[in-house]
Amino acid sequence: MTPDGPLADVYAGTLDCVHCGLCLSSCPTYRETGRETSSPRGRIYLMRGVAEGRIPLGAVEEEAWLCLGCRACETACPSGVRFGSLLEKTRASVPRRGWAGHLEAFALRRVVPHRRRLRLLVGALAAVQRLGLDALGARLLPRLRESQRLLPPIPPRAQRAPLPPRIPAEGARRGCVALLEGCVMPELFGPVNAATARVLTRNGFDVVVPEGQGCCGALQAHAGDASLAAGLAERNLRAFAAARVDAVVVNSAGCGAALREYGDWLGAPGAELAGRVRDVCEFLDEVGLAAPPGRLEARVCYDDPCHLLHGQGVGEAPRRLLAAIPGLELVPHDDAAACCGAAGTYNLTQPEMSRAVLARKLASLAAAAPDVIASGNPGCLMQLRAGALGAGLRARVAHPVELLDEAGVAGRERP
Amino acid sequence: MAAHLDALHASLRRAVGDSACLTRPEELFVYEADGLTLNAAKPLAVVLPRETAEVAAVVRACREAGVCFVPRGAGTGLSGGAVAAEGGVVIECSRMDRILALEPGDRYAVVQPGVVNAELSRAAAPHGLFYAPDPSSQAACTIGGNVGENSGGPHTLKYGTTTDHVLGLELVLPDGEVVRLGGPAGFASGYDLVGAVVGSEGTLGVVTEVTVRLTPLPDAVETLLGVFPEVVSACRAVGGIIRSGLVPAALEIVDRRTIEAVEASVYAAGLPTDAGAVLLVELDGVAEAVAGQAERVRELCREAGASRVDVARDAEERQRFWRARKGAFGAMGRLAPDLYVHDAVVPRTKLPEILEAVCAICDRHGLRLSNVFHAGDGNLHPNISFDRRDPDELARVVKAGEEILRTCVEAGGVISGEHGIGTEKRDYMGMLFDDADLDAMLRLRAAFDPDRVCNPGKIFPATRFCMEANPRARGYDRVPFE
Repeated sequence: MTPDGPLADVYAGTLDCVHCGLCLSSCPTYRETGRETSSPRGRIYLMRGVAEGRIPLGAVEEEAWLCLGCRACETACPSGVRFGSLLEKTRASVPRRGWAGHLEAFALRRVVPHRRRLRLLVGALAAVQRLGLDALGARLLPRLRESQRLLPPIPPRAQRAPLPPRIPAEGARRGCVALLEGCVMPELFGPVNAATARVLTRNGFDVVVPEGQGCCGALQAHAGDASLAAGLAERNLRAFAAARVDAVVVNSAGCGAALREYGDWLGAPGAELAGRVRDVCEFLDEVGLAAPPGRLEARVCYDDPCHLLHGQGVGEAPRRLLAAIPGLELVPHDDAAACCGAAGTYNLTQPEMSRAVLARKLASLAAAAPDVIASGNPGCLMQLRAGALGAGLRARVAHPVELLDEAGVAGRERP
Repeated sequence: MAAHLDALHASLRRAVGDSACLTRPEELFVYEADGLTLNAAKPLAVVLPRETAEVAAVVRACREAGVCFVPRGAGTGLSGGAVAAEGGVVIECSRMDRILALEPGDRYAVVQPGVVNAELSRAAAPHGLFYAPDPSSQAACTIGGNVGENSGGPHTLKYGTTTDHVLGLELVLPDGEVVRLGGPAGFASGYDLVGAVVGSEGTLGVVTEVTVRLTPLPDAVETLLGVFPEVVSACRAVGGIIRSGLVPAALEIVDRRTIEAVEASVYAAGLPTDAGAVLLVELDGVAEAVAGQAERVRELCREAGASRVDVARDAEERQRFWRARKGAFGAMGRLAPDLYVHDAVVPRTKLPEILEAVCAICDRHGLRLSNVFHAGDGNLHPNISFDRRDPDELARVVKAGEEILRTCVEAGGVISGEHGIGTEKRDYMGMLFDDADLDAMLRLRAAFDPDRVCNPGKIFPATRFCMEANPRARGYDRVPFE
């Protein structure tokens, strides 16, 4: 039987599932609700049911958007179901409705991919924050409360400047890498990009920041807009194709996972780029630090970004790097591998479930009582920062590469 | 009918609250199957209680509406035990997931039925204890479901099945009354009703609390991996090890087709893909004793034809081996959309000939067979990969399954080791039991559930239903979508 109705494009992928259920306990929404419907296996069953014409397309709509897209089920699945891809295709058939859907589509289509518009928006938000209008707005309009809570203090304009196109290695040169700046990263996490460049150059790598690069397309793909995502991917393909580098280094887990799927989006040329993509921690772990890091006294909980651990299979590298910092005590916490509830725009579109998922994480973090929570993805950094603040944890939240940067090199003064 | 259904839904909502009562068509649709996707049947409603009192209220609401009910854990069972075979209400215990007490001194824990098997061992580990029964689905399956099916697992060989580890139960009877059976001290006074309820597949009541034995973690563990040219020589090694008087913690055989599927998955553990079969042997106990036993196992494997015997270098590699073994069922999804996981037990000495017979049956029916099983217990899992959309193949799978069971029974075996009978094998019960035997079981069932409202349609062959049928307890047979 080859269905030709709704979800015909996900049908073959759903057949990989033999219904064993090993994914259940890895799924944050199943853990939260206990509902088979809200489990990976249940969602695949719904998709297959739609494709086979046993249930209407609308039956899968709610679950398609309640899913966080964290892909923890892929790490648990012995049968290799590519759940993330099934989810994106399903979402394309049941677009989000209502004002939130329109707003999200507008933002993902008209703002996020355009560096200048994003800059203007973030500049405006920075002004709003400086004047304290965000707090006022949130008080007047409850709907804004979630966004206000999540938005970190926007760095000053000087820290939002783009990185120079080429930054030479320090000391003995070991190679050359290209860096993906990202869309949100330079605006909200400019210091992380700067720290990434410093750590790479200090370890002997020339860093090039190819012109013409932009948003990776991850958020658009997760929202089911495959053609927009592919367009953005092509732009990056052009930008990075010319760069003769050892690796394309990414410091945002969500973007890295998306770049690694460029083969699926763009065919062979995309696959070639995807093959060169490395998360910054993965890359540093692979090549090894040029010199032992300096001291940094801190109790650190590392928290896995889903799209690094489940999307890219990178879990040990960041831990090994952090553990190599003298004075740094890496403290395990129970819920490290579970989603924090940020999940792209999920914390804005599904605030209730997002908060419930985050609460488990915070309880686990509170028990471990760290000074620093380290995680390598902008969405997670925002969510964890807001969460830690709200829960009264005294821990600060940082990208692992910032800690490496702070530690500096043994015997040398910190930058 | 619709009015009846609305009234039922309303009373269930009163019992557990709106957010714990699922009635929408798509919600009922996903509950039509558990780990077994054949014999699907949609329930009338699904409730997710958190407390015993809510379960009792649900049971009473079902009685008033004249519908049956089915307890469910994580739905990983392989015999259709958690499917509403005759309609009715699914009582999903996933939200009853609290460990109520953990007493390291007396080595027991009291848990709600929705506690995940592996979570219990994880909670017990800091006290140097673990929960011994370890079904392959232990990362997801629940203690309540384990009690229902009397689940086993690789370590059953040394530690026994669920029934050997349940000390007490709280049970909501089919009339809504709550009773306590057994207790942390163990040792039944009077009838051993705990023993009767474990493995009763939810037909005697709804288990709402379980008191389980916790076992001390062994001092030393050694896991060996014998590499064999084919399955039969691995079976011979099992025979040799058992005859030698050793009691390994686990003796598992994994055949080549299974190794290939697992090694292609996220659970790849570096098992040799060129082997005909591997034999996993786990030894545990006092360090000095384990070392000597390992040497003996090496010899016995070589004598049986092993080309080499590897050993897990450390705890991490051992866990990788076990994750590979336990992910094997799911990994078979790489071969075909569906997998029929058979479960039968034969006397261990007959393993080699039975396996050959099973292969011959599948060859004759043109089916893809793989074997991964608890060899030490003689507990076979012949797995047949198929596609349920192909009616002819499905018919051959069912036919071959019946022949496999008959072969096992004729060799002195039984038709289920650990998966239960459910809907899957109820019509084969006659292979093992005559009418008088089945009537004895039905009389026990009737003592608990005289009106046959508690998970009907399971265990007993359809031909025996007339004597337990009850007109008051019929599920509505139509649900939305159809």
